[in-house]
Amino acid sequence: MTTSLPPLPEPVRKDPQKKTPSALIPPSARSRLGMRLSAEAARGRFRLPHCNACNQPVWPPREACPACLSSLQWRDADATGTLIAETTLETSPELYFRERTPWRVGTVDLAGGVPVMAHLHAQCRIGDTVTLRLFLDKADRAVFMAFSDLDSPDLREDIQLRELTNDPRHRRVLITDARTPAGVALAKAMTKAGAKRIFAGIGDAWKRDAAIEALEGMETVSTVPLDLTDTRSVEELCGEIGGKVDILVHNAEQVRPGGVMAGRGIADAKQLHEKLVFGFMRLAESFGPVMRSRGADGVNAATAWVNLLSVYAHANWPAYGQHSAAHAATLSLAQCLRGEMQGSGVRVMNAFAGPLEQDWHDQVLPPKVTADRLAREIVGALQGGQQDVYIGDVARDVAERFEDDAKLLEMELAGDGQ
Amino acid sequence: MSTGFEDIVITAPTSVAYTRFSNESAHWWLLAALRDMLAGAGLRPADIDGLTVSSFTLHPDSAVGFTQHAGLSLGWLEHLPMGGASGVIALRRAARAIQCGDASIVACLSGDTNQLDSFRQTLSRFSHFSNDAAWPYGSGGANGYFALIADHYMRRFGIARETFGQIAAAQRSNALYYPHALMKTPLSVEQYLDARMIASPLGLFDCVMPCAGSESFMVMRADTAHRLGLPAVRPLAIIERHNGFAEDPVQFRGGWTYDRDQLWQRAGCAPADMDFVQTYDDYPVISLMQLEDLGFFEKGAGDAFIAGHDLTCGGSFPHNTSGGQLSVGQAGAAGGFLGIVEAVRQLTGSAIGAAVPNARRALVSGFGMVNYDRGVCSAAAVLERANQPATAARHPTTTESEAAA
Repeated sequence: MTTSLPPLPEPVRKDPQKKTPSALIPPSARSRLGMRLSAEAARGRFRLPHCNACNQPVWPPREACPACLSSLQWRDADATGTLIAETTLETSPELYFRERTPWRVGTVDLAGGVPVMAHLHAQCRIGDTVTLRLFLDKADRAVFMAFSDLDSPDLREDIQLRELTNDPRHRRVLITDARTPAGVALAKAMTKAGAKRIFAGIGDAWKRDAAIEALEGMETVSTVPLDLTDTRSVEELCGEIGGKVDILVHNAEQVRPGGVMAGRGIADAKQLHEKLVFGFMRLAESFGPVMRSRGADGVNAATAWVNLLSVYAHANWPAYGQHSAAHAATLSLAQCLRGEMQGSGVRVMNAFAGPLEQDWHDQVLPPKVTADRLAREIVGALQGGQQDVYIGDVARDVAERFEDDAKLLEMELAGDGQ
Repeated sequence: MSTGFEDIVITAPTSVAYTRFSNESAHWWLLAALRDMLAGAGLRPADIDGLTVSSFTLHPDSAVGFTQHAGLSLGWLEHLPMGGASGVIALRRAARAIQCGDASIVACLSGDTNQLDSFRQTLSRFSHFSNDAAWPYGSGGANGYFALIADHYMRRFGIARETFGQIAAAQRSNALYYPHALMKTPLSVEQYLDARMIASPLGLFDCVMPCAGSESFMVMRADTAHRLGLPAVRPLAIIERHNGFAEDPVQFRGGWTYDRDQLWQRAGCAPADMDFVQTYDDYPVISLMQLEDLGFFEKGAGDAFIAGHDLTCGGSFPHNTSGGQLSVGQAGAAGGFLGIVEAVRQLTGSAIGAAVPNARRALVSGFGMVNYDRGVCSAAAVLERANQPATAARHPTTTESEAAA
């Protein structure tokens, strides 16, 4: 029987006379071995080093099995354990925690004998069978959190969990290029997840269509003028709402088939780069610094920057070659932004999808990702605090092949497209 | 089977008065101890040919860098980064080196400075395991980790916080007489229980105060000490264990349990023969664990044992007679020497605080290095008063270094 938790209070409006708190992050120093856990968690995995001989999980990370000195390999791990010790920290020499006490941590006995220090969900009690999950904390470093009941209706009422995730609930979201199937679906999914307000960026608002009407029909949505290809438009919007954007979703959908030898290649690429690549840079130049400065702004903090990317950002798919190239450029810039956001508490999340279910993919074989699924999984990844999320079978397949052997994937894509 | 220590003795117990914070370097504190100790023993630097060094804040220097810093030319050198176990282990290493003829007079030094942020800095890069798997959880080092150990221990054995309070309160009574103790206000069990929580179940008086200071002693042959007119103490038996009981998912016993039979057998005596005990008291729960694991009472029977004894210097079970780290302060690695230095003073009749009457034998134990979630090193020594030279003077207690501090 899990105890029920009181709902998280809705954030109060910021007092403009008060100082914006400086960004504090939890300790970020890790060994290279320790960083591996963060790299796994960033992709939403629960993997630990396991002994190649006795198959036992090992923690903290080591260079050899402490039972038999055999080599170790990171593998999916059983996340079930028992909570055997707990404490409530009332103070900490680390400023990040000092400001957040009381804070509960505990020791989970994983797999009968592997002690794992973990943040505790408020519903955990000593002796409980608990499930461990990995999250990236505000330093973008993986930490364990223990849960006694992952299906609890009160799961997300936990303040420590909220600190580790980017839940849209009670938060304000800007969706760029919102007049697209993905934009509309995202507005719906964010609303469903409890977002307080959604700014839907619309170019040429005088052009009425079903998407605009759908957006205007939602109580949480405010349409705002935004043309990603126009620096002034982006700056003006930032001046207007920059300080209110907690989650920014960079969506710039423009799919055209073709590689570099097709006649329209350069014209298409220019358009797409203007919107997707330079659009990203325009957003980063204006919204980036504002969000960075608000990463620790109490409960009203900026929390995530999401990029909707093609999985072919990792390796070029010649059938949509220039499209892949623009996404590759955006991915590279997103990695740069991630570096520049370090220490601010703002997460840069990349959502990779394969071909979407839309007109310009009419020659592409299924499976294709629907806008609703795309939006749902992005919201899920924000709630899970992920850094990279791969949406749909194609994206996961390409990601797996990319990780396995990037060269092989390149050759496969050059051969037959998939 | 480990052999005995024959005519090896410990002498020249030296403490440099502690300060809460210090702008001096670790080198300064170690040198102050060395200078005081040599002066007290009537020796020149060239007379020592062996050295052990234990210090956290000496980093990035090691014992090697210190040797050059101090201008010492040595035939034998040990760097012992074993925290709270380093005092007992320094004694063991030095004794064996002398027995083997590799050194004749070994100075065992410990000391740390405590600049405003050095405690956090030391802990925030304490070990790979700590950085990867413990420090990110906010405990801020030992307090959080030992809270988890204490939480489990209290549940497992049904130990009450009052018991920890009795240990802390008795040590404070001892500290009131100890000149170097930083905490000089009497402490009652009620005050212990009412104090603010630091990391449940640990409250303010479960925790040591980080400070600057140094502790040191010398190891030599009995005849050397005799010739120098130095009162001395004999080690009867010494044990150490590293990474004992790694299979326990949370620490509820220390490596002492492995080796205690050997300890008492080699020492030729039993826990009941001890006139006082110095445990490593980074937290009262750890003192309790040492006492039971070394055989003073059954595992888990701490409530009754502590309630049934008076732990002050004049009591039925004198424990941490200087006041221990809980009341004197934790001067980094010197915390691992405090017990042994105090024991040598008590056994040679030269206590600088309250004295245990007619003390002949004592147990000193050490515990150190929370690499991840538990103390990895454990050690213990049984000591006995040696035949004292006829001309033995009281050990010097404080010298010019103290005034400078």
